[in-house]
Amino acid sequence: MRKMTAEEKRRHRKNTVKLMKRHWVLYIFLIPALLYLATFNYGPMYGLMIAFKNFKASKGIWGSEWAGLKWFETFFSTPRFLDILKNTLTISLYSLVFDFPLPIILALILNNVKNLKWKKFAQTVTYMPHFISVVVLVSMMSIFFSPNSGMINTLLKYLGGSGETYFMGNAQYFPHMYVWSGIWQSMGWGSIIYIAALAGVDPSLHESAMLDGANKFKRVLHIDLPTIMPTMAIMLIMRCGSIMNIGYEKVYLMQNSLNIATSEVISTYVYKIGLQQQQFSYSTAIGLFNSVVNFILLLIVNKTVDKLSGSSLF
Amino acid sequence: MKNKTNKKKQSWDDRIFTAICSILLFCFVFVVAYPIYFVLVASFTDPQYVNSGEILLYPKGFTLLGYEQVFANKQIWTGYANTIFYTVSGTALGTGITILAGYALSRKDLPGRKIIMKLIVFTMYFGGGMIPFYLVVKSLGMINSRTVMVLLGGVSAYNIIVVRSFMESSIPDELWDAATIDGCGDGGFFAKIVLPLSKAVIAVMVLFIAVGYWNSYFNAMIFLTDSDKYPLQLVLRNILLTASASSNTAALTDPEASMRLEQAVQVIKYGIIVVSTAPIICVYPFVQKYFVKGVMIGAVKG
Repeated sequence: MRKMTAEEKRRHRKNTVKLMKRHWVLYIFLIPALLYLATFNYGPMYGLMIAFKNFKASKGIWGSEWAGLKWFETFFSTPRFLDILKNTLTISLYSLVFDFPLPIILALILNNVKNLKWKKFAQTVTYMPHFISVVVLVSMMSIFFSPNSGMINTLLKYLGGSGETYFMGNAQYFPHMYVWSGIWQSMGWGSIIYIAALAGVDPSLHESAMLDGANKFKRVLHIDLPTIMPTMAIMLIMRCGSIMNIGYEKVYLMQNSLNIATSEVISTYVYKIGLQQQQFSYSTAIGLFNSVVNFILLLIVNKTVDKLSGSSLF
Repeated sequence: MKNKTNKKKQSWDDRIFTAICSILLFCFVFVVAYPIYFVLVASFTDPQYVNSGEILLYPKGFTLLGYEQVFANKQIWTGYANTIFYTVSGTALGTGITILAGYALSRKDLPGRKIIMKLIVFTMYFGGGMIPFYLVVKSLGMINSRTVMVLLGGVSAYNIIVVRSFMESSIPDELWDAATIDGCGDGGFFAKIVLPLSKAVIAVMVLFIAVGYWNSYFNAMIFLTDSDKYPLQLVLRNILLTASASSNTAALTDPEASMRLEQAVQVIKYGIIVVSTAPIICVYPFVQKYFVKGVMIGAVKG
């Protein structure tokens, strides 16, 4: 950009002030939202300071004494640190591998359905679990997978299993239970965005490919898939950007003393240390570690995908 | 080339492909639908069949026992009333704030809009975390208050961006130019022209925000101590999950018929799930297009 001369700068500034005065109503429109975000989103960021302090409620956030990196050191040296980190990464990578591609496959299939009524029905049904609350979802799981009267065990018995597997109370099964119930709930909803992108495929491409003798599968592979590539890139970035943020609401509900070995993740640990044991500084430090790692991952993935495919989040 | 006939008759490879797709889609739909259907059926089924873990296709030994217990349960109704209150007031407040902010940010002639946008988007990717958040609410004196339940969850960066994108693309600048010539200010323009043109995005916001309120339990769990303020989801958690872990039904036990109830626990649970989820699932097919629209607008550009 060309540099502005002093005169232009002055005029520009004057112009801006004029615009601001003219649109004062718009700023009033913004105030409630900004106030909300300042309080509940930026307010807690100020509170992050206590990760480096010995927080005492009586002294407040500002008045508490500095503690340096003590809490981070405590966390890294606790024997559970590696386990918790491993659980967090296992669960999120496992779910990334499956719940990223499945909505795409569903969208590609739905896009090829000719019967519109069936298509509509399939969409309505597959989107539905998105509206079920985590509490209800986990309750349904605990009933279905119950060892004596659950239908899954009944089914397994027919197939020759013991029929007494306690899926919800077994550390070995926890990651599978978590990931696949998540896929059950979000696969349909996740496909919407790809269906929208597929609607933008130019039909003439398909026609000319057909004339060239390309079968359906080839057309999906060489026309549909490349069209939704940018959407996929963005979704992948967003997904990787929340790799450390596991839905703790669900994990917490699914947790019990029997599966704790694999179900304790950073966010549930923060909750326990912080709100149940009231160690505010320590748990804030753990949470901050999580957010920072997550944010850095987001930046790295964003840059990488940008370089590879030219799509990026910001 | 063989393909001249392709328009009417599919070639064998296309047929295989179509068949595989159909089978896969059928499996997906079945796997998603059956558990939901099962809950509905089981809630009307005689406890003896449910307890034996039978796989049901229709209600066996039709009974309303579960529902009788659900309807007799005070906690559930208090929770229901609370949730309706939190959802209605929170959604009204949140939608209003979101629409106003989204509109202001959609105006390209607003000085500072880029910076404000950046500040808003940043909150999507970085946050203070649970404890500092808790301390903020505490310092505002909102622990164990209904206010906190109404406020939290109403405004989110994502929703503001959805509204902004919608308005940027659906309200042409020429409209504003024409309105100013007629002497219309920002407020009047918003009320008389923007709002009527934005019904779709308003519907989307109401639905997104309302579902969020209806389904959330975590904030209630950390901020509320009085059980008479509990929203439905927290009541559900206490009944459905806490009870199942210890396999006792204290929450629902009626001393006179405890034997019968003991057997009916599962059916009651199914009843509770149906009663609590039905409002959303029933309304949802009718407003599905708005939800889908919301996701699509949001996808345009973050």
